[in-house]
Amino acid sequence: MEGIYAFSVGLLTACGVFLTLRGRSFSVVVGLTLLSYAVNLFLFASGRLKLNAAAVLGRSEQYSDPLPQALVLTAIVIGFAMTAFVVILAMRARADLGNDHVDGQVPKPKTPILQKGNTSHKTGGGQ
Amino acid sequence: MKSLIWLPFLPLLGTLIPLITSRLSRTACAFLTAVLPALTLFLVLSHTEAIFHGERFFASIPWVPAIGLQLAFRLDGLALLFSILILGIGLLVILYARYYLSAKDSIGKFYAYLILFMFAMLGVVLSDNLIQLWFFWELTSISSFLLISFWGDKSEARKGARMALTVTGAGGLALLAGLILLGHTVGSYSLQTVLNSGDMIKASSAYPIILVLVLLGAFTKSAQFPFHFWLPNAMAAPTPVSAYLHSATMVKAGIFLMARFYPALADTDLWFMLVSLTGLATFLTGAYIALFQHDLKGLLAYSTISHLGLMTLLLGMGTDLAAVAALFHVINHAIFKASLFMAAGIIDHESGSRDMRQLNGLWKFMPYTATLAMVASASMAGVPLMNGFLSKEMFFTETLHQASLGSLSWMVPVLATLGGIFSVAYSMRFIHDVFFNGNPINLPKTPHEPPRYMRVPVEILVALCLLVGIFPSVMVGNLLYAAASATLNGSVPSYSLAIWHGVNFPLLMSIIAMCGGLIVYANRQHLFKFQAQFPTSDPKLVFESVIQSINQRASQFIALTENGSLQRYAFLTLLLAVVMTTIPLMRLNATAGLRPEIPVDALSITAAVLLCLSGLATVIWHRRRLLSLLTLSVVGLIVSLAFAKFSAPDLALTQLSVEVVTVILLILALFFLPQKTPKESSPRRVVRDLSLAAFVGGTVGTICYALMTRPLDTISTFFTENSKTGGGGTNVVNVILVDFRGFDTLGEITVLGIAALGIYKLIARMRLYMPSGDYQGRPWAEDKHPILLAVISQSLLPLALLVSAYIFLRGHNLPGGGFIAGLITSVAIIQQYVAHGVEWVKTRIKLDYQIMIGSGIAIATLSGLGSWLFNRPFLTTWFDYFSLPLIGKFELASAMVFDLGVYLTVVGATMLILANLGKLTTSERPTQQEHE
Repeated sequence: MEGIYAFSVGLLTACGVFLTLRGRSFSVVVGLTLLSYAVNLFLFASGRLKLNAAAVLGRSEQYSDPLPQALVLTAIVIGFAMTAFVVILAMRARADLGNDHVDGQVPKPKTPILQKGNTSHKTGGGQ
Repeated sequence: MKSLIWLPFLPLLGTLIPLITSRLSRTACAFLTAVLPALTLFLVLSHTEAIFHGERFFASIPWVPAIGLQLAFRLDGLALLFSILILGIGLLVILYARYYLSAKDSIGKFYAYLILFMFAMLGVVLSDNLIQLWFFWELTSISSFLLISFWGDKSEARKGARMALTVTGAGGLALLAGLILLGHTVGSYSLQTVLNSGDMIKASSAYPIILVLVLLGAFTKSAQFPFHFWLPNAMAAPTPVSAYLHSATMVKAGIFLMARFYPALADTDLWFMLVSLTGLATFLTGAYIALFQHDLKGLLAYSTISHLGLMTLLLGMGTDLAAVAALFHVINHAIFKASLFMAAGIIDHESGSRDMRQLNGLWKFMPYTATLAMVASASMAGVPLMNGFLSKEMFFTETLHQASLGSLSWMVPVLATLGGIFSVAYSMRFIHDVFFNGNPINLPKTPHEPPRYMRVPVEILVALCLLVGIFPSVMVGNLLYAAASATLNGSVPSYSLAIWHGVNFPLLMSIIAMCGGLIVYANRQHLFKFQAQFPTSDPKLVFESVIQSINQRASQFIALTENGSLQRYAFLTLLLAVVMTTIPLMRLNATAGLRPEIPVDALSITAAVLLCLSGLATVIWHRRRLLSLLTLSVVGLIVSLAFAKFSAPDLALTQLSVEVVTVILLILALFFLPQKTPKESSPRRVVRDLSLAAFVGGTVGTICYALMTRPLDTISTFFTENSKTGGGGTNVVNVILVDFRGFDTLGEITVLGIAALGIYKLIARMRLYMPSGDYQGRPWAEDKHPILLAVISQSLLPLALLVSAYIFLRGHNLPGGGFIAGLITSVAIIQQYVAHGVEWVKTRIKLDYQIMIGSGIAIATLSGLGSWLFNRPFLTTWFDYFSLPLIGKFELASAMVFDLGVYLTVVGATMLILANLGKLTTSERPTQQEHE
């Protein structure tokens, strides 16, 4: 079971990282959300996996570690607040800057041929 | 001796007084400002008798004892000497500045800076802790920056201030390094301990580094060659500042530092070479350049540099008598130089110029001031019967008595005499060129005597010059002895403070200096011509160009590394993180540990496959945003199932309800954002990012696996054991949240509230394009609030609220609690918004979410403060069991009040975010409300 769990955490991390590295704010927000799932699962797993052992006294023979659970619980709520903050920031950036690129401006595509760049420079004066 | 603590802090309190009283008349402001320094001086003087009898006073308040930090003050002879100078001359400067500053200068601000400086300086001399001493040291740099740039509209004031701050601040950093190293070597930051372990310090291998670093601090502050250039440029400050900081006090801080650490650092060859040679170079350079200054204050500034060099040279000689002479000169120089600066200020004030080429023959216009200035100037030159003569005589004596340069030792007295010649020459110039030598040339004003009380400080100081000069042992004998005994750590050599020591070699040197000085001054035209051949370089310009080239290099470097692309930064940060984690992972022998794994079951496999597939789908479809959002929510759902599976019901509930609000939030946001992501990553970048992502994911997965398969030595047994007995609840997770770690939770809900308020401010005034249809151009549905949804959600509301109340109440003993209940309530309210629209909800649910957040945090805090009423630490909980008919036995716990605070904050924050974001889509937009 631990192997599957670890694999899933790793995969979620990878997905999250890839999306975080994208250039548009919404992808980054989605990536961060995925990443926070992975982080929460990871932190939770530091208390080790146990079946049928909820940390409620008197309900089971042994108890799972309550400390990581308490940490993760607040992390989930704060994570929500942070996701909200980032997504609103992204909206605000789009409203104020006119695009949703993380750098605040859409990078100009590199002109592959130098000649083309030169001509556009000459004729582009009036634009 | 707690009153000692008050000594430096009385002036600190005093910085407020001028700011408060600046609306009163200038005289009243000056008078009230002087009260606290005068009181401090009185307090200091009340200790004199005891200190003269050899006592030392210490007082300290522990601050961070674990790392040796404490607020520690000491009052010994050396501190007494400097305190008297700082406070005494400070009081005179306050009086003087009252007349010097013009009506358009803000006198309150000036006095506040001045007193701040006084506080800093007192702190330096009274500190008994190395770090504390450094703190005050830097504070003197900062307050002197404020004072030099007081006339900030002048470019030279700004430049001079910046230069002074840069040089002394950089020196201060070196000093900090030196002091930390010193404290580390000794094992204590207590000054007293350091002073008592001189032999150990000098024997340690770090000694040369410590010495160089500490001396760098002292030399920059005391304007020693080659760091002297900032002092003349600091003359852009108002003259009272120059009189105070740049003659009597701040520049003396370096001298003080060397005297203070004399028992700990002095008396080695390295000390001698560094200190005495630097002092000698400074003494000569300053004296020589001073002669060529045309600006009155410039002359005095270079003369100050020269005299500081003299004191440094004396301290560097390493003999006990030389140290005594240095301290004696500290007193004398402070007295005559402060009076000279004040006189120069009077001349500037009453004639409108400081240029000695214009100022001539002022004797006719201000004979009284001229007399005072001439007496002080004679003291500077070292004329007999003045205090300057006495210490200069001691200086000459000491140069004859040292032999550290071996067979070249004769050079020191010769060079000292040479410096003496120039001192006499520039003092002569100050007298002759200003007060005699023809008539004034093109002065802006007709010079006249200053107001009566502007002259009083000068009179007092000049009287002191004479009194100390004629009755040295009566005036300063005890003080000097006490200071010397503190500097030398007890053993003061016998010396005599007499005017006449008979015809001897030092007297001969004095006579040579006198005659030589007069000859040099008489032939100054030749020297001026000679000096004019050199290209002039303005230290200000040189300094500025150096600073600017550093700035340029820095911006080039920044342009190289920071191109403004967040993608690149994120990539590099992650790359670094993963590299840093890989290294220790490679040292781990086996991935799997000894802990047996849980057997796999089919349901878990299915869930895991689903999780991975939806995670991948989110990535693959990430350009189709709505679709990726749907797959994302599948991930969240399975995560909450995983929590439920692995015995974390609280987490499962939280994750589930957060999932709902997150998806609603993201869909709302998506309404305003482009529906699709353009394809813009180059294939190379995609491969690069994919590799990094796989690398990071692999590392994290490995760590996770390695962690889980190793046995756990947990600290949580404490929580499970005490949860019921100490916290009164069986749900350990909840008890941790509201009781054991309640303070953390309080912090977390505060962050939540702040984030929500921040979001609210971001939403307000947001101007967004509102799409009229979906991405395919289809218009939105006419029926915005379908009746079926409206009816069902309306009837669900009480049910949902009931569930949330139930979850809240049982939270202490069973899965649930404030966080989860808050989220459920939020979802229930949001559902009404979704089903009925903002208009409908607004008329029915009248909740101010901001107040809700505030009251939530307030309730949580107050429930914690409540325990203070019972003399318990913050956030101690109380619980007991009661029974009522019908309901039966139940528990009441103060933790529930805390949990209520959590609940309110969570509801408030979630709703503040979502409701306001939702309002953006309607006519209730916060933007319009603000503009109407």
